[in-house]
Parts: sequence; C-alpha cells; structure tokens
Amino acid sequence: MLVEGPVEVVCDDGSVAVSDRFVVALCTCRRSHCYPWCDTSHRRRARPTPAPEEDAP
Amino acid sequence: MPPRPGDRPRLPRPQGKLSTAVLSALSSPSTPTPLSPFPHSPLPSLRTPGPDPLLAPTGAEIQQADPYGADLQLALYVLYELHYQGFDGVDDDREWDPALLAVRRALEEVFLRALRADVPSVGAAEALDGLLVEPVADDGTSVSHHLLRAGRLWQLREYAALRSLYHLKEADPHAWVIPRLRGRAKAGMVAVEFDEFGAGRAEDIHAQLFADLMADLGLETAYGHYLDLAPAEALATVTLMSLFGLHRSLRGALVGHFATVEVTSSPAARRLADAMRRTGAGPAAERFYDEHVEADAVHEQVVRREVVDGLLTDEPGLEPDVAFGIAATVHLEDRLAAHLLDAWRHDRTALRTPLAVTGER
Ligand code: FES
Ligand SMILES: [Fe+2]
Ligand SMILES: [Fe+2]
Repeated sequence: MLVEGPVEVVCDDGSVAVSDRFVVALCTCRRSHCYPWCDTSHRRRARPTPAPEEDAP
Repeated sequence: MPPRPGDRPRLPRPQGKLSTAVLSALSSPSTPTPLSPFPHSPLPSLRTPGPDPLLAPTGAEIQQADPYGADLQLALYVLYELHYQGFDGVDDDREWDPALLAVRRALEEVFLRALRADVPSVGAAEALDGLLVEPVADDGTSVSHHLLRAGRLWQLREYAALRSLYHLKEADPHAWVIPRLRGRAKAGMVAVEFDEFGAGRAEDIHAQLFADLMADLGLETAYGHYLDLAPAEALATVTLMSLFGLHRSLRGALVGHFATVEVTSSPAARRLADAMRRTGAGPAAERFYDEHVEADAVHEQVVRREVVDGLLTDEPGLEPDVAFGIAATVHLEDRLAAHLLDAWRHDRTALRTPLAVTGER
C-alpha cells in the first residue's frame, strides 16, 4: 500500500517508525523483513525451472 | 575550457581496433569542427595526426565487429562517457564532434541489431509480471543468491568494482528521458529520480552511498576508476542505458529498462545486504543495499503504475519498445550473471585483471 510521505507509523509494540520518502510502501502482508515498510516479500513465489547444476536445491 | 588534470577519469586502454581508433582520436587535439556538410564518405573521418591517417574504422569493420565484444563495447562506452563526465585531457566540446557521433551511430546500429535479434518478443505487461515472481530458491543463475550463500569477500569486491561503472552514475542515464515524457509518466519518473539523487541531500545521493560502500570494501571511489578492469559483459549493461537514454526514439525502451531495474532490485538488494553483513564488509556497504530494499519496493510500484502505465496511456504505440527495453535488460544481465558465476565457481577473477588484494576476510 502506497501512502504519501513523510510518515510516522506506530507499531503494535508502541515503537514509532519514521520515513521521509516522497511515497512510502506500507507492508500489509506482514511478511516484510523491514516491517512496517514493504520489502517485496509479498511477491508470488514460484519454483525455478531446474538448472543443470549440482548445487541447485 | 579544458578540464583540470586529475579531475576526470583517465582514458582507458584500448581493447581492439575500434576502441583504439576512438581512443586515439580522443587523445589527439581536437581538429576544428567543420561547419560544412559531411563529405561523401559514409563516415566522416576520425582524423588523427601522425603517421597512420587510416586509423578510422570503416563502416564495414564496424559491421563485422562482435556486438557484445570488449572492443565495440568499450568504444561505445567511451563515446557515451563524453555525455557524462568526460575524460582527463579531452576537450568537453568533443561531445558534439560530428566525426565521433558518426562512429557512435554505426556502433549503436550493430549493438541494437544484435539485441533485437537475440531477445524474445513478449508483451510488456507479461514481461513485467514475470519479473514480479520470485523464485522460491536459488536456481543457480542468480548472482545475488550466489553471493548471499557462498560469496567470498573478494567476490563482493569484484562485484562492487564492476558495478561501480553504473552505480557511481546511478540514475544519470535515466534522467535523459525526463524531457521526453509527459503527465503521469514524467511526474512519476521525476519523483523516483529525486529519491535516487538523495531527495535534496547530497550525502544521500545513491551514487554517493555506493562510493561509501566502495570505501568500506577498500576500493577506489573515483568515478570511472575501474573501467579498465570491466569485462565486456559489464560494459554492455551500462552502454545499454546510455543508448536508451540518449535517443528520444528509444524512450519506451528506456522506461522498460528502468522498470526492470526497479522491479528486480529490492529482493536482490536484500540478499546483497545480507551478504555484506555475513562477510563483515562494513556499515556503508550494508547501508547501500538496505536502502535499496526499502526504496525500490516503493520505486517499482511508482514506475509500474505511473511511469509505464502513464507512458503507455499517453503513447500506446510504444508498447513494443517498452517490452524490448525489458527483454534487452534481462538478456544483458543474464549474460553478465553467467560470466560472473562461471568465473567465481572456478575460483577465477571475473575482472579483466584481478584487484589488488587488501587482506582477504
Ligand atoms: S506488503 Fe508485505 S512485503 Fe510488501
Ligand atoms: Fe538507487
Ligand atoms: Fe530505485
């Protein structure tokens, strides 16, 4: 979700996150590693096409 | 006014016939630019004083050059650089030397023809959707996955050195598209560029953040310092942006290219930030990529919704160009990744010559 910056976000634990970017992407999926900001962890994931390579999982 | 010595990057070493011709033309004093129309030859000659007046490449020689090879890519890179920071000892006015521009044009045609032949034609929307899907795991073709999992500090240093060709002028090639856009596309593009250029704070310019990263890694931070070390695959990723940025006719491709960079950046930046942390590269090295995790999660949305959608609403006929810009970027990034991973898996340098060692960590 995009909101116009600057923003102050009060998190569940009471801490305040501040960003003065022109637009801020707020995480709504709760998967972000830098919550409350979006870090694209919400993206759909797909199995990679197998590569001919020994260290591919 | 001639630049002060030491202010600008030095001209690189040539990598073959074409780059030799361009570099020797640049290192000789500029001849007064004729105001009369060109003579009948297909290319205005690159006049170089001295014993070898036939140094200028012919159209046929350019046509036969490897479009992705170090020689053509370096010649093109150097000619484009006249539009950015120029070179030590090269008159600023050579930027508009018609003889150099004619050679540049011929080089560009070879590069563009190869790209158009080599990239798949997929619609822009479909191509962007594809980029928005993250692989669940490392498929063995991703540099950031490799560096996260197994990257050694010397590999991170090599990566930073060759990426410095772009990151020390980060967002500059894209600024050229601004006067060619209108409405939403223009407003969105400028908003993202504002962020790239530090949002009014010089110390936050992304190119400056990258210089700080390089300092953490014990690298030279001077603009253009690592040009001699860059492999052809790395040069091509940067000449592509200049090509798209400098041609108004390729504004759609520039937008497609920019969208690709922004959409793919955030997840890769997360892996690179973690790789910097794991190897103890330093706080500025972490910060550059941490900033890109967050910034590009915003930028990619603005670019898709405002810049790409705005441009295609305004000029729907540019859809194939946007798609071409995406595909060409992916194509050249894939070639670079294959080169890097092949070298590093064999414990070889991915650069033309290895960096000076500053104590492996
Ligand atoms: S919305 Fe949660 S990471 Fe993007
Ligand atoms: Fe950036
Ligand atoms: Fe960005």
